[in-house]
Amino acid sequence: MLASLFVDTLRFIGDNADLLFQKTVETAELAFTALGISILIALPLGLWLGHRHRGLFVALGVSSLGRALPSVAIIGFMIAILGVGFWSNTIALVVLGIPPTLTNTYFAVEGVDRDVVEAARGMGLTEFQILGRVELPLGLPFVLAGIRVSAVFVIATATIAGLFGGGGLGDIMADFSFYGLPGTLAAALCVSTLALLGAGALTLARNSAAHRMAPSE
Amino acid sequence: MTGSQAAGGPVIPSFGRPSQCLKDNGWFCTDWIRSHWGDILQPALIQHIELTVIAVSIGFGIAFLLALVGFRFRLFDAPLGAFTDFLYTIPSLAFFLLLVPLTGVTVTTIEIALISYTLFVFYRNIVEGLRGVPADVLESARGMGLTRRQTFWRVELPLAVPAILAGVRVATVSTISIATVGAFLLYYGLGGPIFDALSMPDIFHTELLAASGLAVLLALTADTLLALLQRALTPWNRLG
Repeated sequence: MLASLFVDTLRFIGDNADLLFQKTVETAELAFTALGISILIALPLGLWLGHRHRGLFVALGVSSLGRALPSVAIIGFMIAILGVGFWSNTIALVVLGIPPTLTNTYFAVEGVDRDVVEAARGMGLTEFQILGRVELPLGLPFVLAGIRVSAVFVIATATIAGLFGGGGLGDIMADFSFYGLPGTLAAALCVSTLALLGAGALTLARNSAAHRMAPSE
Repeated sequence: MTGSQAAGGPVIPSFGRPSQCLKDNGWFCTDWIRSHWGDILQPALIQHIELTVIAVSIGFGIAFLLALVGFRFRLFDAPLGAFTDFLYTIPSLAFFLLLVPLTGVTVTTIEIALISYTLFVFYRNIVEGLRGVPADVLESARGMGLTRRQTFWRVELPLAVPAILAGVRVATVSTISIATVGAFLLYYGLGGPIFDALSMPDIFHTELLAASGLAVLLALTADTLLALLQRALTPWNRLG
């Protein structure tokens, strides 16, 4: 029975490749838009707080609150307030995407050796240059690790948003009676692949950043 | 509506004469919360706590064994880490669905997914905690004539406790949050009333707020209790 379900799922993928591709693109669009916005908010904020060595409480509080908020509930609140639509889902995803990037960026910059920063200051670099040329490059692997966690969260939640009219692969998963088990399994495989590819790309980016910054002993 | 008309005099009806607050779909209708604490919210909360405790305990047990392997045999460390990372990366909704052919639409399915998610945090924290023991400490342990096994149980493991407990906090809070998604599969835990509220035409505000508020409160309470445990178990951290 399991074997036949497997065959049915593969057949569904073969027969509905176009639909699955289109829905995967929809989920990816929603997820990456939200991820982009959350990085635009979290990265500068984390860099600034980390550079000033201030806001430890904010960085820690945001990260534990972010973990505690159930994604379904945030999507629900946004829909209740703004109605079903692109913005309600995007805002919900942005809210969930901010904490990991913010916290990691904060600790990445905060943890840069203070002697190195002092040396840069002594060489006459402005605070902005120190941040951009010293602290960010040194902390980059850890920043990218944070963005990776954000990406995983956001892709997972983008799928859930699809259950409530957000479009994408969640559409298929929500319509069990129409697509059947093979259809929902196929959609689940697509979104898993999307998440693994996204996470994999960010792992490569982090590794190459870590490699470049590794002290050549 | 289940059994509220049962014997025993006038029971507050769950339908019939809704308050103005409910008619307006208010955010915090205390009459609804009071009349459905017993039949909806409390059972869901208890189920949610059960889901979490089971997932975190079994997940910790599995991760501990994996971490022992990864710690002793460095060769296995990277593959085991990558494996737990792989599980963590799979979106929750997809994970629940992909397990359905194997374990059906059951609480077991939800548990397996939740356990799998805890492994990543536990594995990494346990291995890093054990590795974080300073070399000179290990040197003195050897100098005192401790065997490898004694060194592990009396030196390395106790010193890894803070990192391990930090992992328990993160895993517990995340599990409480992710467990709500499981209700997509099966009405179980606090996700049940949340999905229920979302399935109503205008979204039932009070039920959404009450159930997700309980989930957040549960997560914050668990986090606080574990933080206190962390403090109690690591008295040396308070000295500095």
